[in-house]
Amino acid sequence: MSAIHKPVPHDAAPLHVTGEARYVDDIPTPAGTLHLAFGLSTVARGAITAMDLAAVRAAPGVVAVLSAGDIGDADCSPSNNDEPLLATGTVHYVGQPVFLVIADTHLNARKAARKAEISYAEEPAILTVDQALAAQSYFEGGPRIWARGEPADAIAKAPRTIEGRIEMGGQEHFYLEGQAALATPQEGGDMHVVSSTQHPTEIQHKVAHALHLPMHAVRVETRRMGGGFGGKESQGNALAVACALAARHTGKACKMRYDRDDDMVITGKRHDFRVDYTVGVDGEGKVLGIEFRHYTRAGWSLDLTPPVADRAMLHADNAYWLPNVRIESHRLRTNMCSATAYRGFGGPQGMLGIERVMDHIASELKLEPLAVRKANFYRASTPPKTGAGTAKRFGGAHSPKQPAETGPQTTPYGQPVEDFILHELVAQLEKSADYAARKAKVAEWNAANPVLKKGIALTPVKFGISFTLTHLNQAGALVHVYQDGSIHLNHGGTEMGQGLFQKVAQVAAAAFGVPLEAIKITATDTAKVPNTSATAASSGSDLNGMAVKAACDTIRERMAEHLAQLHQTTPDAVVFEDGVVRVGAAEMSFAEAANSAYSNRISLSSTGFYATPKVSWDRNAGQGRPFFYFAYGAACIEVVIDTLTGENRMLRADILHDAGASLNPALDKGQVEGGFIQGAGWLTTEELVWDDKGRLRTHAPSTYKIPACGDRPRVFNVDLWIGANPEETIHKSKAVGEPPFMHGIATLLALSDAVAACGDGSEYVNLDAPATAECILAAVTRQRGGYV
Amino acid sequence: MTSIRFVLNGTDVEVAGQPATRTLLDWLREDRGLKGTKEGCNEGDCGACTVMLSDERGSRAVNSCILFLPQLHGKVVHTVEGLRSPEGAMHPVQSAMVAEHGSQCGFCTPGFIMSMATGHLNGETDHDTHLAGNLCRCTGYAPIVRAAEQAAKEPVPAWLASQAAALPVVDAPEGVALPRSSDELAAWYSANPDGRLIAGATDVGLWVTKQLRDLGPVAFLAGVEDMRGIEVTEEAIHIGAVTTLAELLPAITPYYPGFAAMIRRYGSAQVRAAATLGGNIANGSPIGDSPPALIALGATLYLRKGDERRSMPIEAFFLEYGKQDRAAGEFVEAVSIPRGPDRLKCYKISKRFDQDISALLGCFNISVEGGTVTAARIAYGGMAGIPKRAAAVEAALIGKPWSEATVQAALPAFKQDFQPMSDMRASADYRMQTAQNLLLRYFLEDQGLATDVLEVFA
Repeated sequence: MSAIHKPVPHDAAPLHVTGEARYVDDIPTPAGTLHLAFGLSTVARGAITAMDLAAVRAAPGVVAVLSAGDIGDADCSPSNNDEPLLATGTVHYVGQPVFLVIADTHLNARKAARKAEISYAEEPAILTVDQALAAQSYFEGGPRIWARGEPADAIAKAPRTIEGRIEMGGQEHFYLEGQAALATPQEGGDMHVVSSTQHPTEIQHKVAHALHLPMHAVRVETRRMGGGFGGKESQGNALAVACALAARHTGKACKMRYDRDDDMVITGKRHDFRVDYTVGVDGEGKVLGIEFRHYTRAGWSLDLTPPVADRAMLHADNAYWLPNVRIESHRLRTNMCSATAYRGFGGPQGMLGIERVMDHIASELKLEPLAVRKANFYRASTPPKTGAGTAKRFGGAHSPKQPAETGPQTTPYGQPVEDFILHELVAQLEKSADYAARKAKVAEWNAANPVLKKGIALTPVKFGISFTLTHLNQAGALVHVYQDGSIHLNHGGTEMGQGLFQKVAQVAAAAFGVPLEAIKITATDTAKVPNTSATAASSGSDLNGMAVKAACDTIRERMAEHLAQLHQTTPDAVVFEDGVVRVGAAEMSFAEAANSAYSNRISLSSTGFYATPKVSWDRNAGQGRPFFYFAYGAACIEVVIDTLTGENRMLRADILHDAGASLNPALDKGQVEGGFIQGAGWLTTEELVWDDKGRLRTHAPSTYKIPACGDRPRVFNVDLWIGANPEETIHKSKAVGEPPFMHGIATLLALSDAVAACGDGSEYVNLDAPATAECILAAVTRQRGGYV
Repeated sequence: MTSIRFVLNGTDVEVAGQPATRTLLDWLREDRGLKGTKEGCNEGDCGACTVMLSDERGSRAVNSCILFLPQLHGKVVHTVEGLRSPEGAMHPVQSAMVAEHGSQCGFCTPGFIMSMATGHLNGETDHDTHLAGNLCRCTGYAPIVRAAEQAAKEPVPAWLASQAAALPVVDAPEGVALPRSSDELAAWYSANPDGRLIAGATDVGLWVTKQLRDLGPVAFLAGVEDMRGIEVTEEAIHIGAVTTLAELLPAITPYYPGFAAMIRRYGSAQVRAAATLGGNIANGSPIGDSPPALIALGATLYLRKGDERRSMPIEAFFLEYGKQDRAAGEFVEAVSIPRGPDRLKCYKISKRFDQDISALLGCFNISVEGGTVTAARIAYGGMAGIPKRAAAVEAALIGKPWSEATVQAALPAFKQDFQPMSDMRASADYRMQTAQNLLLRYFLEDQGLATDVLEVFA
């Protein structure tokens, strides 16, 4: 039995449930290990005029205190070298690390860090979109603009024009394991770092830079993270660099983990967005021309904002053909933590923009929202065969006259949408979720209930898979087969709970025809596989699965060649399956085959490498094929709201999601369920509040509310779409990490539908996100024309 | 520095020389090398640090990050490392979590496992409620609940039940004040009027873990047995100050189910297992959830200082923000709630239903006879610097016909009673509008209309 496509549990599940799974802070440390904490800026913008650290140095347990002058040019930025580890004379947000305490215990370091006396010459902070626009506070010099066709003209000539704005908040990752790193000095000045990171190579690079060492002198290991979600793509750099510097300074192992409040104050979050839109439509709600203006608060440093904001632009179409389109994207520099990668990486924000437009169109034109969506869907790539006459489609009397009306339509950035399956997928979900009948029942229910109102929405997802920075679409692997037939597996991907390691192990087991137990999954290690990309962009199994397969295939082919020679046959007559190797009539265990190869001096170790084909992208022109393929899905959500308080909850979720030929349906379903709830949290209860001094007021789970157990819908149906990826991906599977997150959009629009039930349809609901109870009550009040 | 004894995963443990405010979590991880119990938030909100605590009152899940070592004296503790059978077999909740794919990143998992094992031991079936104090960011909870449902079909491992019941015999601990009676407490507090009383530590815990405060002399109240428990007479329900919210919930249900419904949403299972009614009153928070309910019920508060006792209507205790009518060395000993017809409803408004601090809480106890309002006690949390009665609103209702018109006419009186503030939980406008609407909700619910989203199904 091949190990692929099987719903086997997460490889570490038995370790998780027994508490044996080790995270960074659980690893036994050398005697004398020191602990670090940052002292943080208390103002959002200004110059440091005086810094007295005497009390910090005198605090119990303190070994050393470092500030900018002690650390050379150490920097944490993943992109631009604009994030000095410690503030250099000026501060740019509340929570920016200003000095570093090295102490005997974590608690002593934290206590000491609060004893500094720092004076600032405060300057007016830039906190809001409007302040940033007024100050022309931009990254990249100004807005980025991509366009196709004649949008202004198309809008002007359209029968109906609709304008609107949606504000959507950011999101704290709230990985359960906070950021953590441990650095241990090695002989000759080398450094070993264990980091809770999605990007070990980046940690290696930044530590090497800070220590002025070549990358070969720094080794970074990551066995697992307690959640990442993008928050550990670049935000772990500061801890690792600090530990490495402190370890060099003291000669001791140094560990750092953020207390939760520090973590939430210091680290970046999902970009919040304002999306303004102007759309011209025909009577059926078809978009003739559309203009978007995206405004995002990037925070104090560049970090990953350009690709995040780009991806928002690249998902401004979602599933819809936009013949004339212009997208303007403003990346604003503000005095806040630097917004960073977060599951979907701008995609959700761009996609919510167009889904909001669809909702608005339906409201204005009094059309059924799903009908408007379908009217705007990209054309099916392969026209469905619908009986007689189909064969003559291109030559018959009723054939389309324009060749352009057949074949794939292209995205605003010029990529043909060749694999569009949403017509069929949405039809199947409509049926399984009983959408039309339930919509009617919701209306009936609302007519009978004056206080509570229900709402329902069905929205699609089309998400582009690949890093938009094309060179990142590569991966490496290292596989060893030992002479006893056991197999050591390593690759550049990191495990943050998504089950990547198990999926890749399934690939390896299938390649050798051995049971999963024969595969040893090992920590990501920059000394085993170099120059890796972050485990991000949902790419983990696509890239690393292929690289591992390449390595396994190489070894298997060598073994086959050897055994063929031994048995005087051809390599293709050597079969690896069910834990045995068959050569014609002969059969041996995989272990015997491995031992035979070893005894005959055949290499049983190989690297593997993979580079995603077909992708090419001209970022400046906004044209090309940034994505290898698209992943699809749709969600139908029913909610209820209380029109007196705005309280609300999800009642039922039906989700159909496309994971291609899933490598592991159980793990993929887990990604869909979990991603959806996280997406729904983003748009409902998860509210980040900064005050007018730039202080984050929601810096702990007491004030920042991610979904709890009881928030999941009581009826929660999740299915995977049955269908192989038409592209040559690993065993025809599809990436699944990010796309399901965007099913949360259906929750927001179901809430919008419920609010609409409070009015007469004359005014659009205009529900912003997160749609907290307060936000919903305000929308209800608007619908009812004032106080309830 | 203290010396205390408890049983950890079946082994007797004596801990000496630790500060009284050392948390169990830090001790487990740093001193004991038991790294299975995780620190997620260090404030009792995420449940990653959950352990099972057992004593003569049974077993309960608690947050070890805000549990101080002296609170364990004479008790039995199980961590995730102690959940396999002596033969090494997984506990049913552990195997169910593997089979149902209930872990992804795994970091919250040990805490979930301990909440689930405790729920399993206690026969809990309302998984949404008993797991509300455990946050998971990966799974969306569905597979975890499936695992809890699967595990419920398996019996409680006999070895675990017997370990949980095998309490160590202990003497009074050394170096730490752990009074066993109200008299002992009164004596200690008289001698240490600037001392700090710690009951469940669900609030004071954060002073230590987040504010990094030195608390000075402390006394732990969990052993003051004559201040624990609920006594129901013909006239009143008498509740000792160290009664936990978890103990109060089932006891109050037959008399005031509206109070019980609110307590179900008070903190989480872990918090309710530790937090006491007396603590919730004495800390004087304007957003503590029990005072508004107690005010609406006309409860009486009993205070003690040395041998002197006094009582007052509970609303009189709250003077202004951060200030209560309590002398140095004086402590809350008990509360009593008068019995009467149940007209109480409590409406807790927060961003999230479970394990969230109220933006506001409205508690209503309005008596209607022959269609006329004869009495009204209405109190709010989150609308002022203290838990506060809506005196003007009450006055606008009493003597009037119980009708929507009366309710509407009373709404402007809210502005006499309250000038709420804006913060990260809600704006002042939302608080005011919702406070008014909650009175309307009370009326409409009384008329039989559906007003509770938690009671609606697809």
